[in-house]
Amino acid sequence: MKALRKILDNIKPHVEKGGKFSKFRSTFDAFETFLFVPDHVTAKGCHIRDSNDMKRTMSVVVLAVVPAMLFGMWNVGYQHFLSIGQEAGLWENFFYGFLKILPIIIVSYVAGLGVEFIFAQIRGHEVNEGFLVSGILIPLIVPPDIPLWMVAVATIFAVIIGKEVFGGTGMNILNPALLTRAFLFFSYPTDMSGDKVWIADKADAFSGATPLGDALIGDLDKLPSVSDMFFGFIPGSVGETSTLAILIGAAILLFTGVGSFRIMISVFAGGWLTGLLMNVLAVNSYMEMDAYYHLLLGGFAFGAVFMATDPVTAAQTKRGKIIYGFLIGVVTILIRVFNPGYPEGMMLAILLLNIFSPLIDHYVVQGNIRRRLKRIKVKA
Amino acid sequence: MSNIIKLKKGLNIKLLGEAEKTVVDINSDFFALKPTDFIGVFPKLMVKEGDEVKAGTVVFYDKYRQDILFSSPVSGTITEIKRGPKRLLEEIRIKANGKSEYESFQVSDPKNLSKEEITELLRKSGIWPCLRQRPYSVIANPGDDPKAIFISAFDTSPHGLDYDFIVHGKGELFQKGLDALKKLTSGKVHLNVNPQETTSRVFHKSKDVQINQFTGPHPSGNVGIQIHHVDPINKGDIVWYLNPQDVLIIGKFFTEGKYDASCMISMSGSEVLKPRYYKTIKGTSVKPILDKNVKDGEHRYISGNVLTGKKIQQEGYLGYYDYQLSVIPEGNYFEFLGWALPGLGKFSVSRSFTSWMCTSKKYSIDTNLHGGERAFVLSGEYEKVLPMDIFPVHLLKAILAEDIDLMENLGIYEVDEEDFALCEFVCTSKVNSQDIIRKGLDLMRKEMS
Repeated sequence: MKALRKILDNIKPHVEKGGKFSKFRSTFDAFETFLFVPDHVTAKGCHIRDSNDMKRTMSVVVLAVVPAMLFGMWNVGYQHFLSIGQEAGLWENFFYGFLKILPIIIVSYVAGLGVEFIFAQIRGHEVNEGFLVSGILIPLIVPPDIPLWMVAVATIFAVIIGKEVFGGTGMNILNPALLTRAFLFFSYPTDMSGDKVWIADKADAFSGATPLGDALIGDLDKLPSVSDMFFGFIPGSVGETSTLAILIGAAILLFTGVGSFRIMISVFAGGWLTGLLMNVLAVNSYMEMDAYYHLLLGGFAFGAVFMATDPVTAAQTKRGKIIYGFLIGVVTILIRVFNPGYPEGMMLAILLLNIFSPLIDHYVVQGNIRRRLKRIKVKA
Repeated sequence: MSNIIKLKKGLNIKLLGEAEKTVVDINSDFFALKPTDFIGVFPKLMVKEGDEVKAGTVVFYDKYRQDILFSSPVSGTITEIKRGPKRLLEEIRIKANGKSEYESFQVSDPKNLSKEEITELLRKSGIWPCLRQRPYSVIANPGDDPKAIFISAFDTSPHGLDYDFIVHGKGELFQKGLDALKKLTSGKVHLNVNPQETTSRVFHKSKDVQINQFTGPHPSGNVGIQIHHVDPINKGDIVWYLNPQDVLIIGKFFTEGKYDASCMISMSGSEVLKPRYYKTIKGTSVKPILDKNVKDGEHRYISGNVLTGKKIQQEGYLGYYDYQLSVIPEGNYFEFLGWALPGLGKFSVSRSFTSWMCTSKKYSIDTNLHGGERAFVLSGEYEKVLPMDIFPVHLLKAILAEDIDLMENLGIYEVDEEDFALCEFVCTSKVNSQDIIRKGLDLMRKEMS
């Protein structure tokens, strides 16, 4: 550690202002602060500060995603061997998936962080930690067979257009990970939807439809058992299948106080209640499907726990969070049930509500302002 | 009449080194008045180096509000007038002569005096600056009629003073001070206590005041939070507030006709060997107090508490409004992978460090920032520690955008730096909220004048 510190201290003068390599200050700074929490002390205001910082917060989220990621890797292998009718053990399944997913993770991080570093450098800012989370979420919301160059292009697009043009982490309007997926979805639909893409190297004869796809065309009897859907033994995007693994992540987020329970609960509530409403109004077999199936299927749980809760793009007021979450649930089910084009509505619902969240907050804040004005009137 | 207001939001920071309830007399030779303690004051000196002063002799006045006078807390000689960059008047140092001579003023029962007479006496003796007003936290304007005067009789800040202990046995002086204050407002004088912590009969038996009870963690003892819940400030309203020790000073002034700036201060913090209370005079040099009573190492000396105090040197002086001296370790070290370690000994409101397991542990927190400054990312953090019906982040953003109307609508008049201290403490993005609030208040004050 001391040797490492020495090396950094030796390099430091060269990257500081006026040094030979001052252009690389942000890059150096990113690595230095990654290795060592800096020796900065409080200069203004409070003399003491909470130990929590952005790096810690973001790493908690990454940690919360890990169960879903590990299960996703295993499931990629499991689905593959199932489709070709071969028996495989736990580790065989896992390693097959691991080798499929690892390149996607690497590409997503390299592309995204590359853009972040370049922009931090241009602006002379410190590199933001936001992409640490986006970078792990992106591989989990794409099909396992996605070509790597598509991941790279989509990630670069999302980070630049979705985040950096607004000023970087904290200023973005749309969730960068979901924007990546939306870019892929609309640009390369054949690689992102249909029955073929959800199982890695699928045997042609095997039906690869996701349960959500089956449900959309009314094949409800083809749906897997509830326990399969809950534990995640179904085809789908890498990380979205296991509701259980996602709930473990949710528990971590809620326990540490990093994720908003208001958003999570209200998304589930919105989805379930809309599902019940569908049951009441049912005119086809999809609408008759048990409401709680919706919460287990597709990316609903993943979106509710990891995507909708992104603090930057979600509503920021307490009441706003509840409205925002509830509407995500509602819109997701509406898209699923009434849109014949795409089986999944979670991504579009969250992106839509991302755009509306400042408006929701605006009305909540106006409420506060009105209360304050009323106070004067009551007095007068 | 007594209302209990229960506040749930907030945070008590558990720090090591709380002051023991023992008092030591400390004889300090040097005292200072620091014009920088008074927000918005442009000092005009009335004395020069070498002048002899008594306690209560006017030392300087405010150029823009010439009726506000500032006087020496002790009798002695002006030894140095210290100026900083751009000739900013930083300190007026006074060497005490040990004779305790006082300028003499009329002794009379405030009950028999008019508002004007009381104002005039407090103003001329230089006691007036202890009365401050909200909004803006500047010295009260003698010509104003505040809608209320607030006194918080309990301090919830880290290692906050125990006012029960301080006012013990001084009930008469305290009541006399309250009598004088009562005359200054056409509204009420509010004395705010904590039903569990405040046990002193001095407070509970106070007459002619409204006693309000507050429960809850810090910042429930902040006068700004109390005003918000009892009698919120609307546009154009003025509320005055002061420290209970200043009420005693006012009481003594009307009893004995002299400005006796004696007070009790506490010294606390993890780096103090014997944290305890001291009996001294306002603006004392901290040197004799620190002498042989701090551990070895690099420390930060703070006039005030660790959340809102000002950094001072080891040879510095306590601020005019500060009755507390805090000593904590400096945090200028690198920590290898500090953000990734389990962090058993690290204090955090979030449970992202394993320290959540030890709920009763007390911490020695140093001045390390624990991370880099970022844009606002997380939401809902500030709301958890600000027991006010205010949207803190929206207000801060309005201030940064200098949107006067929006600041007003979002409640800038009701807040003060100290109310946002905890927001700043918990902030993951390490935003300097107190600084932003101060800028907002200064901007507002400029716009309104």
